[in-house]
Amino acid sequence: MSPSTQAKPRALTAIWAVLRREFSGYFRTPLAYVFLAVFNAFAISLAFFVGNLYEANVANLDRFFLYHPWLWAFLAPAAGARLWAEERKQGTIELILTWPITVWQTALGKFLAAWLFLACALAITTPIAFTVGFLGSPDVGVMVSGYVGSLLCAGACLGVAAIASALTRSQVIAFVTGFLACFALVMMGYGIFDEFLAGAFSPRIVEEVRRLGLWRNLEPFTLGVLDFRPIVYFLSVAFAGLGISTIIIERR
Amino acid sequence: MALIEAKNLRKSYGPIHAVRGVSFSVNRGEVIGFLGPNGAGKSTTMKLLTGHLQPDSGSASIADFDVVQNPIEAKSQLGYSPEGAPAYGEMTVREFLSFVAQLRGLKNSATRVDETLTLCRLTEVASQIIDTLSKGYRMRLGFAQAVIHDPSVLILDEPTDGLDPNQKFEVRRILKEMAARKAVIVSTHILEEIEELCTRIIIIARGEVRCDEPKEVFLQRGQDLNKVFRELTA
Repeated sequence: MSPSTQAKPRALTAIWAVLRREFSGYFRTPLAYVFLAVFNAFAISLAFFVGNLYEANVANLDRFFLYHPWLWAFLAPAAGARLWAEERKQGTIELILTWPITVWQTALGKFLAAWLFLACALAITTPIAFTVGFLGSPDVGVMVSGYVGSLLCAGACLGVAAIASALTRSQVIAFVTGFLACFALVMMGYGIFDEFLAGAFSPRIVEEVRRLGLWRNLEPFTLGVLDFRPIVYFLSVAFAGLGISTIIIERR
Repeated sequence: MALIEAKNLRKSYGPIHAVRGVSFSVNRGEVIGFLGPNGAGKSTTMKLLTGHLQPDSGSASIADFDVVQNPIEAKSQLGYSPEGAPAYGEMTVREFLSFVAQLRGLKNSATRVDETLTLCRLTEVASQIIDTLSKGYRMRLGFAQAVIHDPSVLILDEPTDGLDPNQKFEVRRILKEMAARKAVIVSTHILEEIEELCTRIIIIARGEVRCDEPKEVFLQRGQDLNKVFRELTA
């Protein structure tokens, strides 16, 4: 064997290696295709059959994005459950921790791969945008901002899912825990829960809780408003999740 | 210069003192047989040396890089194969080694992968999914990922565990080929392995070093190595 360079690996190269491995990892099992199909079926069905997208006779995707917090709350933990739980189960966590890469870099590579996978799921739904474009004359900018918002919302749910996955070696437990946490984020600002809170707390508190929920932050995007605060909110949740999962793995 | 240096390492898990003040150093060309009963603190010591765990006190360094202060530099010089040779089961052998080469930032990673496949006699299973490998191949893959960057320090946790005599012979042969240029620690339960492979013996029991001496000196302790081992670890 030729003598080794044993150079200190560059952070970006290492993150890129992890990202590529993780992303292709999704497609090594049939589960990825099932996931993409389920996401697509639910996203479209909810928009048409529950949101009455067609009957509404309005050329926009409001009713399509309306259900995305629910979808991501369910499916981001499904995609994120393997992030760390699988490493623990396979024992490969011991390799990762002894390779010349920091836990933070690994976590970032994994997170970006999972986010990219969710972006693929979202991209598959674009025919619905083309359909609306064919049937009416929608505002393309609004539709694009809706997709941006949905993707950010997915990132936030994935951040929560990463924490759940770092806590256990069981993907099932990681999924259920992640789903419950995301579910709580959806409920904050959701009608029924709002009414429940309004009975016990002042309107100001109810409003503050609503601000912390997913739906309240997604709404401006679906209206074509690229507001600073919701962007910060989604990215904060995503990166907080990333940071906390890194700390959990480092302190295992 | 010692390539591996453990200085007064201590590690507790709650009330259990797994490692209590372990110190030793390993130079280039040495192959250490690291022995001890189960639960003696062997694996914990290895985890402290490889940076998997952080010590409560004391320090460990690889090629003069402190494992806690300069983890990336230390780990770049280290090849480690954990017990059971874990790997990503859904990848092929070649994909896995390419991934490790890329992650380590190796130049000419494709060439390195080919060289490592040849060295570890894995070429014939290069396109096979790891989950479908036999135990012998699996252990050799664990070894391959540890040597792909030709590290100066090699730490192997039970590299011949569960292998048949031919496979054991093969792993030992590869190890001997590269040992002269490296500092190697091999943990093992197989006392016969010492005679064939190691230059020095370190025996650990109840978290403490009970014996640290050249193989020749150790072998003079008695005919029955099992008995010697039992007495030292009692």
